[in-house]
Amino acid sequence: MAWAGAGALQIYLPIAEMPVSILLLLAMGAAVGFVSGIFGIGGGFLMTPLLIFLGLPPAVAVATQSAQIAASATTGTLSAFRRDAVDGRLALVLVAGGFCGTALGVWFFAALRRAGQLDLVIVISYVTLFTVLGSLMLTESLRDYLSVRRGTARPRRRAGHHPGYFHWPLRMRFPRSRLYASAIPILGTAVAVGFIGAILGIGGAFIMVPALLYLFRVPTAVVIGTSQVQVLCTALLAVLLQALLNGSVDPILALILILGGVFGAQFGARAGRNLRAETFRFLLAILVLAVGLRFAIELVMRPTEAFSVTPSETRR
Amino acid sequence: MTRRLLLLAALFAASRVDPALAERLILSLSSNEVAIGSNYTGSRLVAFGMIERDGQNVPRDGPFDIVVTVLGPREGIVVRRKELLGPIWLNRSQQKFVQIPSFLGVFSSRPVGEIMDGAMRRKLRIGVDAIVNAPEFTIDRGGDDDPFRAALSRLKTRDSLYVENPRGVTFVSEGFFRAAIPLPAVAPVGSYEVEASLIANGVVVARRQANFELVKTGLEEQLTELARERPFLLGLGTAGMSLMFGWLASVIFRRD
Repeated sequence: MAWAGAGALQIYLPIAEMPVSILLLLAMGAAVGFVSGIFGIGGGFLMTPLLIFLGLPPAVAVATQSAQIAASATTGTLSAFRRDAVDGRLALVLVAGGFCGTALGVWFFAALRRAGQLDLVIVISYVTLFTVLGSLMLTESLRDYLSVRRGTARPRRRAGHHPGYFHWPLRMRFPRSRLYASAIPILGTAVAVGFIGAILGIGGAFIMVPALLYLFRVPTAVVIGTSQVQVLCTALLAVLLQALLNGSVDPILALILILGGVFGAQFGARAGRNLRAETFRFLLAILVLAVGLRFAIELVMRPTEAFSVTPSETRR
Repeated sequence: MTRRLLLLAALFAASRVDPALAERLILSLSSNEVAIGSNYTGSRLVAFGMIERDGQNVPRDGPFDIVVTVLGPREGIVVRRKELLGPIWLNRSQQKFVQIPSFLGVFSSRPVGEIMDGAMRRKLRIGVDAIVNAPEFTIDRGGDDDPFRAALSRLKTRDSLYVENPRGVTFVSEGFFRAAIPLPAVAPVGSYEVEASLIANGVVVARRQANFELVKTGLEEQLTELARERPFLLGLGTAGMSLMFGWLASVIFRRD
């Protein structure tokens, strides 16, 4: 907490009720924005732990970074539309599922908090989700890389050969994604992502992107644009709900994060365009795995301070 | 808001103050309202006081000591302890504290341990330890909560929210003293109580109280009010801000 206030140019955050260094926040917003621009993810899973580490109340951190995600996603969405890299139909299905999942997640979040098990569930979810997902992605991407080096190109997917869940009822055609599959697994994924996102206080695009890439084999270019649309909608909903239900959106903090984020995202998007698909997958895998390991280390290391003080829940 | 802590302290004090004694305390603060603006990074108040004597009684001799205790607005908190479960560390046991001072400052002219003995300190709630270990500090459940109390005190001290300064009160001249009260930036807004005690030979001879408010002003005040009164408007505004800046960046950086 001490070094959150270090350095010049301090500003007092009215809702978080503490001063922070503007330059530090701008830099953090830019860095996270850059990463989110590259991968087409919201960056919430990076920003939330960083803000909490700075000493901000978790409720304020979770609520306010949604605003930054929304801003970065606006830029990303606009540029994706300009490049015609959005599958509108797919985005619609994802947003619909995401909203249902978010509502369910918010309800479950409250139930866990009443039971006093929220912290535990959050940390364990972070560890399991991120390490498993990261390892899977990394293995996949390394296998790709090795087979390319050996010259024995792995067989690409053959036309007509699809996983079984593509053939479930309610099949929909998504021409832009070269996808003809049942809407049920897609909706299910979107609900699950919205649910997990609401509990962990993240946008969830980092789950959505690999899901679309690996489960539904949507082309990389379309995945990023489409997930940006979904992130934008979810983040806007999150800002409204958080302000309305928890009163924990700090507009001053939001402004600083947005300013750093939108410009960072611009450079990120540009860098992302020059990335090859294999490199892209490899880097995203490393990033997700790193966050998972960081939480795992926190879980198994003997803490330097075993005690923690948190404000007890007050009903608003 | 219940003020058990102060009430009890005052009760004890009343029983200890001998009405026949001749000293009175006068206490004044450098400010009764501390404003939080956009550049707020903590504040510093000064408490001034004077020891008045009426001429009728024989002035006591021997040293006087002054202890100034500052209590911030009450808050409810939970202290949790991480314990090893299998290979992982988890928050397992916890202790709730319902009405503790969010800020606690004890400033004295000498270390409180030299001013009076431990039993008396605990009785009169003089010093951070005495206040934290007082029975009314928590819903007592035997001695089980002792490590939690200690941790609470340690963590609050780390954040400069619990302060004890044995040189915090200085005598400017005979009978005239001042105490600087440092408020860290994270000290919560609300009403703060300042109490000065005049102690002679380990007995409280006189007490005097004063108050100050820590308040947000200007934009900070308006935004806080908006968040409380019209949260949907604040949410809409923030969401609008996100959309506007996102769009702005895409216009600025457009390269077609």
